Amino acid sequence: MTQVSLVELENVSKFYGNIRALEGVSLAVHAGEITCVLGDNGAGKSTLIKIIAGLHQHDSGSFLIDGEETRLASPREALDRGIATVYQDLAVVPLMPVWRNFFLGSEPTLGKGPFKRLDVQKMRETTRSELLRMGIDLRDVDQPIGTLSGGERQCVAIARAVHFGAKALVLDEPTAALGVKQSGVVLKYVAAARDAGLGVVLITHNPHHAFLVGDRFVLLKRGVMAASHTKESVTLDELTRQMAGGSELDDLRHELERAPTPPIPKNPGRAD
Amino acid sequence: MSASAPPAPTQEPGAADERLLHTSALRRLMGRPELGSVVGAVAVFLFFSLVADSFLQASSLSTVLYASSTIGIMAVPVALLMIGGEFDLSAGVLVTSSALISSMFSYQMTANVWVGVFVSLLVTLAVGVFNGVMLTRTKLPSFIITLGTFLMLTGLNLGFTKLISGTVSTKSIADMEGFESAKALFAHEFVLGDVTIKVTILWWIALVAIATWVLLRTRFGNWIYAVGGGAHAARAVGVPVTRTKIGLYMGVAFAAWVSGQHLLFSFDVVQSGEGVGNELIYIIAAVIGGCLITGGYGSAIGSAVGAFIFGMTSKGIVYAEWDPDWFKFFLGAMLLLATLLNAWVRKRAEATR
Repeated sequence: MTQVSLVELENVSKFYGNIRALEGVSLAVHAGEITCVLGDNGAGKSTLIKIIAGLHQHDSGSFLIDGEETRLASPREALDRGIATVYQDLAVVPLMPVWRNFFLGSEPTLGKGPFKRLDVQKMRETTRSELLRMGIDLRDVDQPIGTLSGGERQCVAIARAVHFGAKALVLDEPTAALGVKQSGVVLKYVAAARDAGLGVVLITHNPHHAFLVGDRFVLLKRGVMAASHTKESVTLDELTRQMAGGSELDDLRHELERAPTPPIPKNPGRAD
Repeated sequence: MSASAPPAPTQEPGAADERLLHTSALRRLMGRPELGSVVGAVAVFLFFSLVADSFLQASSLSTVLYASSTIGIMAVPVALLMIGGEFDLSAGVLVTSSALISSMFSYQMTANVWVGVFVSLLVTLAVGVFNGVMLTRTKLPSFIITLGTFLMLTGLNLGFTKLISGTVSTKSIADMEGFESAKALFAHEFVLGDVTIKVTILWWIALVAIATWVLLRTRFGNWIYAVGGGAHAARAVGVPVTRTKIGLYMGVAFAAWVSGQHLLFSFDVVQSGEGVGNELIYIIAAVIGGCLITGGYGSAIGSAVGAFIFGMTSKGIVYAEWDPDWFKFFLGAMLLLATLLNAWVRKRAEATR
């Protein structure tokens, strides 16, 4: 691979006191590719995101942005370096209008000194046109973003990251709380972001969603990297099997089959 | 249009406008946070116009406006702070502290009163910074932090005043250098037509105007709504949450300084026990004005309307020649009604949009 990765983790570890949250994890994110991070609850996915997003610092290993060794001090620094993170639950401020949310933290201004003010006209128009470009048609950019559906909110957050020139996009379980149709819509925007040339890190525990869009797959299990695949080297069935625990699942099935059936007490009082 | 974007849902041009027609002017008005309080203010105004004969006189109006302005000056930054998701229980006594510092510094140093006024500004802002830094560093609820500041300031006000003056009030500084010019800024009054206008009313209007502009048209305003409505989301997109909150506490401190100097220069002396309980009145004005107690929603104009309701009620009871003991009951009832009305209006406005 001659191409320099947008974001690369090598052997990264993170400890909270004596608890190992993450150990020896490596992954690479390339422009125009989607890297999926799969794992069950408590596998260390959140910790991984927080390191990439600048909320936490890694304890060992190396974290490279554009091939340069880095230690991010804050989410602001991550944003400035071109890494945008879209969180599942805290992507937006629900009571604020869509256009204020879209530009939150990076508001364009007019004028100087004490007369520096928001460029409201530009903010509204840009929000509208950028969302339309991603295929989201809002009737009113003034409505509180909390009145949008979960999928729409994710899409606004993704459109925002694309607009602000993010090179790498980290998505935390974007489809976790969504229905089948909504998930499809969100995955479409994830693909749109990829096609726009962004490197995407998609965190999910759904191998089906991951396999639909992913180019690389990293499996986390209890804080360590259990497997790493490219799209060519793995099938959906294999991914699902490993994700679900692989051989552990076979053991479980075995155990469940052999488990002695507890005697079911007869209850004559109930017909069903 | 980017070729890479997924196809937009098919729609005829102008369809968006058609849907927008449903958001009528009335609906937009319903969505404003201060609507409930305006309805309340009109109701209170009509009520006292009917029951108190002298309520509609010009002189009464100026009295009501003055009473409203002394609350309103503080209600503005308290409302901003509440939109930012925090409380300041020390706001009431901080006004007294500010007046005491100004008065005692000038008197003890036999300096020009402007020196005391300036020192007071610095110390008051420092208390604001202390509140803000303690809050953001410890991550304790602002209720606890500012309750602590409230108690400490109450004690310091009484303790220092007794230690320095020997009594619970300060010495008069009316004959000191600079008193007249400072009074012109903080406690001036002039006659407009047949209404006496106190300068606090101008301070109040100016603060409401500036706060409204800041809230709706500046980056800082955007951040205030964001830190109150979702501090984690705000931090994640790069909003300086800590700085915003400290700035809000400094805003409260600045208004406390203005109020404190008004107190000092209208009466020459300051009673060290004053101000206790006022912090709740500022909060009530902000809540009646449509601020959501959990943060993220509200307006500066609403706080002004809330303060005006407060002024009308407190003076209206006097003009109606009722026992002022009833005042607190009215205030409590008003608070409940306003909060219920606000909740109802907001629910309707958001549900039908």
